Amino acid sequence: MHELSIVESVVDAVTETAAAYPGARVTSVKLRVGVLAAVVKESLEFCWELATVGTPLAGAALVVNTVPVVVHCMACGRDTEIEGVQSFRCPNCGELAAELRQGRELEIESIEIEETDASPENALVQGQETK
Amino acid sequence: MTTRIVELRRGILKKNDELAAGLRERFTRAGVLVLNLVSSPGTGKTALLELTLRRLMQAGARAAALVGDLETDNDARRLAASGAPVRQINTHGICHLDAEMIGRHLDDWAGIELERLDYLFIENVGNLVCPSSYDLGEKIRVALLSVTEGEDKPLKYPTLFNSADAAAITKIDIAGPCGFDRELALHNINEIRPGIRVFETSAKSGVGLDEWLAYMAEQRKVLKG
Repeated sequence: MHELSIVESVVDAVTETAAAYPGARVTSVKLRVGVLAAVVKESLEFCWELATVGTPLAGAALVVNTVPVVVHCMACGRDTEIEGVQSFRCPNCGELAAELRQGRELEIESIEIEETDASPENALVQGQETK
Repeated sequence: MTTRIVELRRGILKKNDELAAGLRERFTRAGVLVLNLVSSPGTGKTALLELTLRRLMQAGARAAALVGDLETDNDARRLAASGAPVRQINTHGICHLDAEMIGRHLDDWAGIELERLDYLFIENVGNLVCPSSYDLGEKIRVALLSVTEGEDKPLKYPTLFNSADAAAITKIDIAGPCGFDRELALHNINEIRPGIRVFETSAKSGVGLDEWLAYMAEQRKVLKG
């Protein structure tokens, strides 16, 4: 159960990036997580809520895109996606394939931010609305 | 309102990966072979390491160990009986070791100089999931599995076994009474991590230790070029 510390690293990195856009709100964060990354999507989502509450990222959506495993087969030379992680065999020729081309990713792909149009009138209107 | 997508394409564990890369460089420069031992709690990492250290010390090799646990320094005290320098890392609840902990415990370890070591063992926290995400700068990650755990452990925890450079089956002396299917275990390891070396060991009887020590000596030679 190290998803909380992983999510905390995401929060730090996103907060750092978002600081370059003052006044903007982060609406979603997209992650790429390999099937072999040893983290559970549901756990990440659960921890995301806990880790963002009371921070500028509160309310932002977490989108976890799962990256399947792709093995490189030394026998037939092909790179092919495998289904499941119970046998690392080339689906084309059936040989065992020790080399991975994909599947261990654990990265932040992108964030989506919403910028309020920074003109003074807008700021005033917004200010009145919140009263 | 303007919506904007900002591309990051950044590793979540980037900080750990960078620290680990720095450690790996230091280890290589110092010529010390670093092994990260990973398994469930109770597999016998400490027992195998105890015997390994004892045998290495007897042979005049210079070995040291960092040992991770949530609490207590019981394992460090057990291992120190071998005469090798040993340091306990208590994670206080964290389920894995990370590169920062390794760097910190090496830096203020009085009397330890990497250049004066042949082998450094890192015994990870007993856990078959989380340690697979954290590179510690090791040269060799060893996944251990005992005969009491079942032959399908590699299939149940493929993320860890697939990241291993070598595997050790422990407690092989009680394989018979446990009804351990050796062939099936070897098959399963090979399905998950094709081609890795597998050692069948017993810390009680010493079986398999010669092969294990020879493998480490070989790997050290490769490291030193």
